[in-house]
Amino acid sequence: MRRVISGIARATAVLLVGGLLGATLVRFAPGLGMDEQELDGRLSHASLQALRSSYDLNTSVTAYYMHYLGKLAHGDLGYSQTLGAPVRDLLEERMPETIRSVAEGLLFAWALGLALAIATVMARRLAVELFTSFCAGVLLCVPAAMLALLIVVIHAPGRLVIGLIVFPKIFHYAWNLLEQSASKPHVFHAWAKGLSRTRVLVRHILQPVLPQLLALAGVSVSMAFASAIPVEVVCDSPGVGQLAWKAAMGRDVNLLVNLTVIVTAITLLANSGASHSSIKSKLREV
Amino acid sequence: MKRVQQVAISFILLVAALSLLPQVFSTMSYAQQFRDIPDAAPSHQHLLGTDDLGRDRLVRLLYGTRVSLLLAPSAALLSTVMAGMIGGAAGFAGHRVEKLVMAIADLFLSMPWLFLLIIVRALLPLNIAPMESAAVTFILLGGLGWAATARVICVDSKSLAGSDFVLLARASGVDGWHLFVSHILPNLRPLLLAQFVILIPVFILAEANLGMLGLGVVEPLPSWGGLLREIENIPSLSMRPWQFVPFALLVAVVSSFHLAVKRQESTI
Repeated sequence: MRRVISGIARATAVLLVGGLLGATLVRFAPGLGMDEQELDGRLSHASLQALRSSYDLNTSVTAYYMHYLGKLAHGDLGYSQTLGAPVRDLLEERMPETIRSVAEGLLFAWALGLALAIATVMARRLAVELFTSFCAGVLLCVPAAMLALLIVVIHAPGRLVIGLIVFPKIFHYAWNLLEQSASKPHVFHAWAKGLSRTRVLVRHILQPVLPQLLALAGVSVSMAFASAIPVEVVCDSPGVGQLAWKAAMGRDVNLLVNLTVIVTAITLLANSGASHSSIKSKLREV
Repeated sequence: MKRVQQVAISFILLVAALSLLPQVFSTMSYAQQFRDIPDAAPSHQHLLGTDDLGRDRLVRLLYGTRVSLLLAPSAALLSTVMAGMIGGAAGFAGHRVEKLVMAIADLFLSMPWLFLLIIVRALLPLNIAPMESAAVTFILLGGLGWAATARVICVDSKSLAGSDFVLLARASGVDGWHLFVSHILPNLRPLLLAQFVILIPVFILAEANLGMLGLGVVEPLPSWGGLLREIENIPSLSMRPWQFVPFALLVAVVSSFHLAVKRQESTI
């Protein structure tokens, strides 16, 4: 119980500091306060002043952040200046699209990555090993945005891209784990005793590495969310990744701080969920 | 060293050498425009054709390769030095410092790296000069990419701090700073070298992603990211295949680095 409470306290602290870091980065960025509208010669001096003051450049970071946290406590996430809408509405509108594409991408990546890793370990043939590592290796060398572009050009579903980006990392890690597990003496003993392939795979190769695979599952959520940014921008998919890009391009403080907090929260949640399940699974083994 | 790894390292060196000597292929500048032949197909004068502003694609590719191949290792060096100092000191200095540094590393790792990079890069002034944009992009890559490496270094440094030779050095009256610089850091060198090589392809890909999102090196200075951005306007893969040469080169170089990394890992 004490461990859970300290874990939650630590996660909350990271979350709050993460949000503050986001706000600080934006606040001290040399480009903040530079708006393309300022180049409009028709604007009067008073209009320019009003435009500049809309960035709250005179407010300190801590004052801004405290004000933000106060509003957050009442469910108010602020207003996006670049997109002209409440941040809450924007997130509600775009979050389902990203969650769906990340979930589908992860499902695809895990199905393909784990299946190929199992096939490589069980087949024990050089041809299979070369083929699978070549496929994963090539995908590992392609920038995420380029992969998204190629998918758009060949008219394939954009959601496939997130899966293709995450797949090689899952494959390589799972392959290493399964390879190590398959070369343990008890596995050789199981083969020698004549146990079926399925039984050896499930009971003696997969089961011991389950905690590590669960930890990888948590990390893969973070990878998928990170890859959503270039994918959604290139595929013109209306999700949170594209929103983050628009917010960054438009120097939208409110939107960026909220997105930083949300992305940090998702990563922390996924990681702690994975480590919790891996601890549980280790305890079960004991 | 395996033959495949020899080939990979030779290929990287060859590409780097070619990018440093673009004058051998052409005396043109990467910004020189041939306004009468924009978007031209390959010819004797322009081996990879020209882009939509009439600039020679081959020359731009060579200069772009130079930018990416010089700056990615520089960023990797910055990141590795930061990770070596921070992670090494955290493992050596004791439990409290280690906890504090690892909490900061956790914070960096909690935010997807590309997300953080996009935010920081996008917030730079709109009128930044091309060379400055290249330097800033890679300094950011180096400055934000230390956390994962620092964790690895910290674990190794901690185990070195508890080893017999460090104990003996302490007993002989060697002070903390001297111990860290003369005894801990040299022993971390193989690990630091491996991390350095691992980070180079990561930074090359990160720059390519940033460039494709319009947040990389500013025009007219070419980089692999900027060159890949031109492919966005191609309606199908079969049209203008010569435009895919930068992409093919990037994949070949990054693959070569991955093959070289395997060698580094095996030497540790």
